[in-house]
Amino acid sequence: MVKKIFLSVIVIGAFIAYAIYLKLTPKTALSLNQSSGNEALNPDSNSAANTSQASVNFKDGTYSGSVEDVFYGSYQVKAVVSGGKLTDVTFPIFPDDVPNSQEINTQANPVLKQEAIQSQSANVQIVSGATQSSEGFIKSLQNALSQAKS
Amino acid sequence: MKKTKIIMGMPITIEVLDKSSENKDLDEVFNFFRNVDKKFSPFKEGSEVSLINAGIDRKDKELDEILSIATKTKKETNGFFNVWYRGKFDPSGIVKGWSIKKATELLEKKGFKNFYINAGGDIQVSGKKWKVGVKNPFKKQEIVKVVELSSEGIATSGTYEKGNHIYSPDGNNKFDIVSMTVIAKDILEADRFATAAFAMGRPGINFLEKLKNVEAYMIDKSGFATMTKGFEKFVIDEA
Repeated sequence: MVKKIFLSVIVIGAFIAYAIYLKLTPKTALSLNQSSGNEALNPDSNSAANTSQASVNFKDGTYSGSVEDVFYGSYQVKAVVSGGKLTDVTFPIFPDDVPNSQEINTQANPVLKQEAIQSQSANVQIVSGATQSSEGFIKSLQNALSQAKS
Repeated sequence: MKKTKIIMGMPITIEVLDKSSENKDLDEVFNFFRNVDKKFSPFKEGSEVSLINAGIDRKDKELDEILSIATKTKKETNGFFNVWYRGKFDPSGIVKGWSIKKATELLEKKGFKNFYINAGGDIQVSGKKWKVGVKNPFKKQEIVKVVELSSEGIATSGTYEKGNHIYSPDGNNKFDIVSMTVIAKDILEADRFATAAFAMGRPGINFLEKLKNVEAYMIDKSGFATMTKGFEKFVIDEA
């Protein structure tokens, strides 16, 4: 009985210690230029609609994301971190025998109109929506950034 | 006359308003899609795609057509669209739009004027003004944009599932788009560019803006949309 209590105290103590450690460790927030005023239209509850910045450490360097195989091709993302921030993303081109990388402006054109999506009447005859997931790009970027985390 | 069948792993709906249309007309188009599936599915043994991947040289007119479109698309999208990867061939990204276009030609040859073909959310319309809704990527039952098309093709590339769990750890990822809808002069154009632009992430909308006769509506993970300059001419307000 005493042993059980002792063990529980250790486990709980460990959690508390870890929580305190997390609070105390200095963090560099990864910031990218963000257009302000995002208003989400009822995303699912498990969506990352919260736009609060999670703080993570990113080590400077260039990180190649995993090569993600998608049905129509493949994607690999190279993430460049400097000053602790993601400063650029490049997209190496396949096939491998012609290595090339294209730098694409990471900002959406500020001249293009933007809006929060809004529910419309469903009085339509046909519906267009994605049926296939195209996760390759995102997976590759996430992989690259996870390597940059220290 | 309206029918839906599941072929190539997706629901294909054909609706023809012309009074002269009969069941057999639609069946002919569905059979065409079944043959495309047999011929170009990477999952079917004996398909052109499987044979190519087995190292067997294939000579086929339709295959050549698809290959030439694939090469053109790769060039135009700076390699973002590529049907070859490490020796493996998969032209599915072209085959979908291409087959809808061919199916449309079948209906036109029969003299039908008012119809649409919807293959898994990629749509080609013809004739009268059709109201097309763009799905809310966060709530599949909802529509977030309504456009009116009479001869165009519209395609939406995107990911709706698990999307938010696979974004970067910082929560402020610039490349977090969940949906890219493209309107072009036909479904083949819309489809190939939607696929490539979605893969580019947020900058994809800039790529599409530069293309002539191509308009797009991009939705990011926060429910914020960006559209090309000419997109609004298709929009009808349905509050």
